[in-house]
Amino acid sequence: MNPRPVAPALLDWQGIREQFPILDLEVHPGVRLVYLDSASTSQKPAAVIEAMDRFYRKTNANIHRGVHYLAEEATAEYEQARKRVAEFIGAEQPQEIIFTRNTTESINLVMQTWARVNLHPGDTILLTEMEHHSNIVPWQMLASERGLKLEFVPVTEQGQLDSPSLEHLLEEKRPGLVAVTQMSNVLGTINPVEEIARKAHQAGALVLVDGAQSVPHMAVNVRSLDADFLAFSGHKMCGPTGIGVLYAKRALLEAMPPFMGGGDMIRRVRLRGFEPNEVPYKFEAGTPAIAEAIGLKVAIDFLERVGMDAIHSHEQEIAAYALDRLSEIPGLRVYGPPAEARGGVTSFSMKSAHPHDVAQVLDRYGLAVRAGHHCAMPLHERYGLAATTRASFYLYNTLEEVDRLIEGLGKVNELFA
Amino acid sequence: MDDLYRELILDRYKNPRMRGTLDPHDISYEDDNPLCGDHLRIDLRLDAEGRIHQAAFSGEGCAISLASADLLTESIVGKSLEEVRKLGKEDILEMLGIELSPVRLKCALLSLKVLKAGAYGLAEAKDLD
Repeated sequence: MNPRPVAPALLDWQGIREQFPILDLEVHPGVRLVYLDSASTSQKPAAVIEAMDRFYRKTNANIHRGVHYLAEEATAEYEQARKRVAEFIGAEQPQEIIFTRNTTESINLVMQTWARVNLHPGDTILLTEMEHHSNIVPWQMLASERGLKLEFVPVTEQGQLDSPSLEHLLEEKRPGLVAVTQMSNVLGTINPVEEIARKAHQAGALVLVDGAQSVPHMAVNVRSLDADFLAFSGHKMCGPTGIGVLYAKRALLEAMPPFMGGGDMIRRVRLRGFEPNEVPYKFEAGTPAIAEAIGLKVAIDFLERVGMDAIHSHEQEIAAYALDRLSEIPGLRVYGPPAEARGGVTSFSMKSAHPHDVAQVLDRYGLAVRAGHHCAMPLHERYGLAATTRASFYLYNTLEEVDRLIEGLGKVNELFA
Repeated sequence: MDDLYRELILDRYKNPRMRGTLDPHDISYEDDNPLCGDHLRIDLRLDAEGRIHQAAFSGEGCAISLASADLLTESIVGKSLEEVRKLGKEDILEMLGIELSPVRLKCALLSLKVLKAGAYGLAEAKDLD
């Protein structure tokens, strides 16, 4: 039975915070960590850490072909994790869940299998200017190899997708695939993916959703979206590194050729050839990240006990407060849409100091933010920037931590202005 | 405040002595670090014996990269190109007087990379890596 979310009014956010051991850390003598870099990777609750430890202590064995007790336990737990992921995103069946290493690998899998077979020289892939490199570079690689064309939906000054351009590009270019992020890891923009998918399907395209930033932070249902592919990572959603997910519609998976070749993805091997295994195993070659899959399952249980809608509201409240307080800092500009249109990500530039220097000063006060292009160079170029400083929030952050950020930014101006 | 932003660095960042461009110049070289947007150009004028008579830097970047550029260009006036070619990472670190993480080290070394590429007359600074 899956945990029911507790009503938001009863949620003990401080209690939730206390589940994360690392948040007690002093990063410098007497200076406690204020972790504002969850868009990069999330911290992990004790339950996830302990589940992986327990796996290695009590049920560790290789999966899928073993008659002994440990092999059966490990297999059951791994497949239970698959089932849990399917439930979490509203997939029709667990066979539509492929475990990968991360979002990047998931997208590369689609590129190497579905796209390579179904897109032909002269075909177009439609992306956007706000995509993460992992949802740009694989398509560039394939385009270069197969003579495909890439088109990009522009981003408005307010940090949203230009809807008329999107429609125009769909109609004019008739792309075979539309690949779009559901939440920008720089601007925080939440894109209307359900609507985009509907328009894309009408125009004859399939849709790949980059859910790396959205799945950890809001309720995502692949059937409501009618996404053909959804990619996301465990480590951004309170799970361990080394585990990611590709969701794809069953019919697509049946038709796609295998990704990597080797053990487990076969039904039979002879000297002269092989028969691939059934879906989803066809796409999981070699021993997988078993402990990590189990960690991801426990992370999902943890998140659902809090409730994805509650998490989303919590982050929007913090982001709204952050946007408000950031506007007090002289010479600071935040990029992206207003609070209602974004998740808990805020990227900004300061007149007085370069992002490296901002991040360095903030670090002295225990604040962990990220400085750079955040794997979105085309987006930065669009705004005429090389780099920004990014503060991102998750369920364990508080309004008080935003106050600490503001104090730190005040110090940056004191030092550099 | 912090070791990293000791007075020397902040002073050179806010009040550079060597900022500008030289026209005419004998050597001019520029390069950038696309990962963070630091961009530097160094111009040199040589005297009759081939020693550096004037030096100037221009560009944008973080405090470490710009302070490093200011200190470096100041230190090479009067040096020969041969001596400049011998400068290394240790010289920059000694000049700045601070410890740097790998990420910030790249910031500090950009000016050296640009200077040496110019001194070697290289087509592209990446030949130095």
